[in-house]
Amino acid sequence: MRGLGKFLTGIASSLAEAWEELRIHKGRVLLSLVGVAVAVCALTTVVGAGAMAEQLSREVSERQSGRPASITFSAYMQSPTGQIDAAAVDAAWTESLARHEVAFASRVTWASANVQYADGVSPANLQLIDVPYGEMHRVQIVDGAWFTDRDARRLAPAVIVNEVVWDRLGRPPMATHPTLELADSGVSAVIIGVSRAMSEYDGESAYVLNDAFPALGVVVDPMMMSSPSYEMWVPEEHADGLMQAISEEVRAALGEGSGFDGWRGDYGAWPEDPFLATKLVVAGVAVVILVLGALSLVNITLVTVRTRIREIGIRRTFGATGGRVFFAVMLESVVGTFVAGIVGVGVSIALVRSPLPAMLIGSSPDDMPGFPVEAAVVGILAATVVGALAGLLPALTAVRVKVIDAIRF
Amino acid sequence: MSVLLEARDVTRTVDVIDGEPLTILAGVDLAVAEGDRVSIVGRSGSGKSTLLNVLGLLDAPTSGELTFLGRDARRLRGAARDRLRGGEIGFVFQQFNLLPGRTALENVATPLYYDAGRAFWQREKIAREMLERVGLGERVAQLPSRLSGGEQQRVAIARALVRRPRLILADEPTGALDLATGQTVMELMEEVAGETGAALVTITHDPAIAQRASRHLRLEAGRLIADEPREYGGADAADAADDPAHAELVDGAAA
Ligand SMILES: Nc1ncnc2c1ncn2[C@@H]1O[C@H](COP(=O)(O)OP(=O)(O)OP(=O)(O)O)[C@@H](O)[C@H]1O
Ligand SMILES: [Mg+2]
Repeated sequence: MRGLGKFLTGIASSLAEAWEELRIHKGRVLLSLVGVAVAVCALTTVVGAGAMAEQLSREVSERQSGRPASITFSAYMQSPTGQIDAAAVDAAWTESLARHEVAFASRVTWASANVQYADGVSPANLQLIDVPYGEMHRVQIVDGAWFTDRDARRLAPAVIVNEVVWDRLGRPPMATHPTLELADSGVSAVIIGVSRAMSEYDGESAYVLNDAFPALGVVVDPMMMSSPSYEMWVPEEHADGLMQAISEEVRAALGEGSGFDGWRGDYGAWPEDPFLATKLVVAGVAVVILVLGALSLVNITLVTVRTRIREIGIRRTFGATGGRVFFAVMLESVVGTFVAGIVGVGVSIALVRSPLPAMLIGSSPDDMPGFPVEAAVVGILAATVVGALAGLLPALTAVRVKVIDAIRF
Repeated sequence: MSVLLEARDVTRTVDVIDGEPLTILAGVDLAVAEGDRVSIVGRSGSGKSTLLNVLGLLDAPTSGELTFLGRDARRLRGAARDRLRGGEIGFVFQQFNLLPGRTALENVATPLYYDAGRAFWQREKIAREMLERVGLGERVAQLPSRLSGGEQQRVAIARALVRRPRLILADEPTGALDLATGQTVMELMEEVAGETGAALVTITHDPAIAQRASRHLRLEAGRLIADEPREYGGADAADAADDPAHAELVDGAAA
């Protein structure tokens, strides 16, 4: 019991002593830690901004080719006519989706229609899709809202036009229930939302729900209308299994001579990580920053170690063991860098969360990536390790110097 | 009275860059018992500080036997040596050696951090009492740089005594003080040492200080020899100035 008490008192007194030392030398400690705090802040910020940039480019690529894992099927028939029964495919597809509980799926077909504007008639591309498409392709809505299931049953068909169409219409607010006049059929479609143009080269286009398309009364030349493709967005780990299962089920339902083939188009299927280069650059910059911070710390510690030798000598005459001295010097370094790491991460969080990066990059992602916790942890850990290494040198010096030499200093 | 410390034929030789090794202590014999009052005089450079460092377990003898509290100093290593020194020996230095930037109280409490017992937890109370004991009860929060020389030395004494060591080693404790202050400081040290029954070994240049001890030794040619206290002219320090031996000492100190 007494032994334990002494042991605990020993720990308590070591900590108390080290803490006192830290308090007394706070000026020096602060000075040496500025570099580390800045380094950790820079490290975390760079990684955080890198994650944001990566998320941005990921979203751009997801708008084009879907989110991982997106599988696109197309149906074909090896019959003399080559004509496929779209209704049969739709039915088989819907059934198969329901069986596998795939929530995100959409048929995609391209068509076109002439639109009556105030200044004349011009064609617009129509993309025929199902409700989940918006989520699957991160369609950005600048006004109004994306389709809901109810929109398929509207009497007046609903459309979502892109900004190019909207501009030609004079950007009417959604609250005024603007309509899109189809020149050939004379049908008025209700505009319920406006999608952002993906680039400045976009032409006029609009989204229509597959089920609402007939109500537009658009007569399409079969040669001009693409055959539908069938897209689904499923968890990556199930992608291959689902692709095969659905492909087989639909083919079986369509009968002899039919085919329903799928492929993955999203970046997740690419052989290489498309963001590898970005990641490497970011990591490289971060490492360089941290090394510089570490160097500044080692530098300052070395300069100060001489002035501390005498104090350490005095303590040792009063019974401080080599271990105690080592511990105190080490702790000063480690606790200091740890705190500096936390401060650096704190500042970095404030920076990354501020509107600043979005201003610098020019746009901000839909799904803000979470704060790079790994970077923060790595930053703090690295700072602490750097602190331990930087502390090792003076701590060893302090322990190895002879007491008599130390007090003469 | 039990023997605290015993040195037999202790030598200390140091290596000198390009030259014969320098023998500072050539064979010192000394026994210090509890409650002893020993003074050691000697010319500057005669090896007094070296001897004190050896006796205080700060330095190791090159040869000879040294026992402290019955333990062979040669066998005492590392942490055990540090702990024994911290617990049983108190140092007072000529240059005070206070820790800069720490208040008087913090300085006095420093040795108590190395006490694994109750003293650590009560360090502030104990240090405060000790400072009161040396007459600095009002100045506990003062930094050493704001204290006079005599006050600083009193802080150093309080620090040396705060763990109630059995042996106090004072290396020219009054060297930086004027005569009157020196005497006061010595009186104080003897008084506090007397309370705990500690032995006091004082190294000094000052005959008047040496004269206060009960045993008088002189370090000469690397050996300790008995010193005649009346050489310094008894209690009258003025007489000592006329004494050729003293003049020699003073010259040595000035050199
Ligand atoms: N580590 C060392 N290396 C070389 N020479 C040393 C060493 N330690 C002491 N000396 C020499 O040994 C001699 C004795 O030194 P010491 O400090 O013990 O003298 P002292 O009697 O305390 O002198 P003073 O009265 O001036 O304080 C001096 O000449 C000193 O230069
Ligand atoms: Mg000396």
